[in-house]
Amino acid sequence: MSDNTAKQANAVVQVEALTVDFWERQGWLNVVNRVSFNIYPGETLGLAGESGCGKSTTGYALFGYRRPGSRFREGAIYFEGRDLLTQSETELRAIRGDQICLVPQNPATTLTPSMRVGQQVVEALEAHHICSGREADERTIDLFAQVGLPQPKAIAKRYPFQLSGGQQQRVVVAMALAGNPKLVVMDEPTTALDVTTQARILKLLARLQAERGLSALYITHNLGVMAQVADRVAVMYAGELVEVAPTAEFFRNPLHPYTRGLIAAVPRLSAPNESKVKLRGLLRREELPQGCRFAPRCPFAQSECFTQPQPLITVGQDHQVACWLWQSVAEKQGVAE
Amino acid sequence: MTNATLLDVQKLEITYGASQLPRFAQRRKPQPTVREVSFAVAAGETLALVGESGSGKTTIARAVAGLLAPSQGQIRFENQDITVPIERRSRDLHRQIQFIFQNPDASLNPRQRIADIIGRPLEFFFGLSGSAKKRRIEELLEAVHLASSYARRFPSQLSGGERQRVAIAQALAAEPKLALCDEIVSALDVSVQATILDLLKELQAERGIAYLFIAHDLAVVRWLAHRVGVLYRGQLMEIGTSEEVFSPPYHPYTEMLLQSVPEPDPNLPLPAGDERAAEPTDAGSRQGCPFASRCPRKVGTICEQERPPWQTVGPTHAIYCHIPVAQLATMQNVSP
Repeated sequence: MSDNTAKQANAVVQVEALTVDFWERQGWLNVVNRVSFNIYPGETLGLAGESGCGKSTTGYALFGYRRPGSRFREGAIYFEGRDLLTQSETELRAIRGDQICLVPQNPATTLTPSMRVGQQVVEALEAHHICSGREADERTIDLFAQVGLPQPKAIAKRYPFQLSGGQQQRVVVAMALAGNPKLVVMDEPTTALDVTTQARILKLLARLQAERGLSALYITHNLGVMAQVADRVAVMYAGELVEVAPTAEFFRNPLHPYTRGLIAAVPRLSAPNESKVKLRGLLRREELPQGCRFAPRCPFAQSECFTQPQPLITVGQDHQVACWLWQSVAEKQGVAE
Repeated sequence: MTNATLLDVQKLEITYGASQLPRFAQRRKPQPTVREVSFAVAAGETLALVGESGSGKTTIARAVAGLLAPSQGQIRFENQDITVPIERRSRDLHRQIQFIFQNPDASLNPRQRIADIIGRPLEFFFGLSGSAKKRRIEELLEAVHLASSYARRFPSQLSGGERQRVAIAQALAAEPKLALCDEIVSALDVSVQATILDLLKELQAERGIAYLFIAHDLAVVRWLAHRVGVLYRGQLMEIGTSEEVFSPPYHPYTEMLLQSVPEPDPNLPLPAGDERAAEPTDAGSRQGCPFASRCPRKVGTICEQERPPWQTVGPTHAIYCHIPVAQLATMQNVSP
């Protein structure tokens, strides 16, 4: 919250104690609870977790986007020294799509079906007063070439339905890059694609990011993709961050019982016969304990876990975990039965 | 898996939009979506069909279920020809082949309680009612590890994984010999997915159900399936046991698929391959190998002009490719 922290680092974006509630029938339901993280220049922070854990809500908050029927109860998101959560809609509109851009999950629902894809990019360029007219047309063709679309001129004249899923996603990426983004939020950008297409798009994103020095928040539930794209990984459970670590450390030495269960549940090509140790039970938002929200499903849980909230504690180089039992968890080889 | 053949599909060809119009009125002959697909499923075994979207996986399952009429070929079930539309199939045949859909939100009636959803096949196939039906519903819920109190709930009161369990229980209610599972875990979180896969294995061990398991996630398939068929643009490229398909020699397309899967290991590099969009492929290349235009191991014009042979690698393993198997093996002698 303090101005000091806002200035201290050279982070592109600083999220501090972000807390978001949704209005449900009975009242306010907490979906993101005191989530804090920074994203540094050129870095990709991966955000992982099961559906409903609040990862997309957190990602969209980086735009100052508030879903109807939700509120930012607490926290701040500093981008270029300004708190996005206190900006007006007009100010946000100047930032969104220009300096912070989004690559959403499903290109088919992102693109307007009745408009030629080239025109859609031209519109984005004009909306952000980047260029217009013939210049915008040329810029669009250039962007299409940059995202590896074959025959960019011909593609620009097509409608979304005439393109494959991978081509559509490339158009969306081109549109996201139309402005001059410093930060890109990628919300499961390859989940809807075939693996072969996914591999191509991941390579493309990696190159574009390196060329432009872009920072990214990469939201995905696919830990395989995560291992390939992220510099650091943050895991959310029931609206809270439970572990943050550099990618190599994260996969080599996961410490939170939830993270361990999540990694163990991923089916792997390389180890098909390894028995899959599963996470027990399900996340039940109505029955969250006062303390650690994972406690009801945790095989290591003790009575204190249910009453004592677990903040992130630093346990190693850039490695944070929200579990006071992390040492005894680490000693247990393999994962919980 | 030396059990008797349950399902036998021979030279299946399915063409969308075919045969509705007289030939003279057809502008262009519609191209088949599925061509020359042959495979068999033994009782109690899992055959997975994998491939990219548009490869014809679901189309094949729908034809087996009788929801689509094939334009060529034959589908046999327990040595009986069942290549007939669903309305001409007997009630008992319906019972023995059950379909489980990808999205339980769409396949479960939101206005029915779970008891009604599972109870319907019990009435329809077995004429159960009253306390006998109630008992059976409880047994089925127990089989999919749901509490009997779930019977009174509506689908909207369940999580995605629980709903998929109900869909499985509904299929089980018919006591099928074959379940057609169309991407039934792809919409679920990994942890939930793992529990559903476990459940499928358990039910198979208990009840000897065979699965035709349609999926695009190769890691899931490797874990669950006994045998795997790899489809590309409606044609089988490779078929064999899980062990065989997932180790070299591979069909070049299988190889490409396997190389594209990102593994949860940051020490591995990004999957191999180009970052540029795949060139639009020519669907009309009828003569050659359908994969020729994308194949990184293409040997020459023969790939585009001549249909590849089915090469036998072993008694249960075959690859549809011009490149001799021995040569593929030397090329691919590095593990994926």
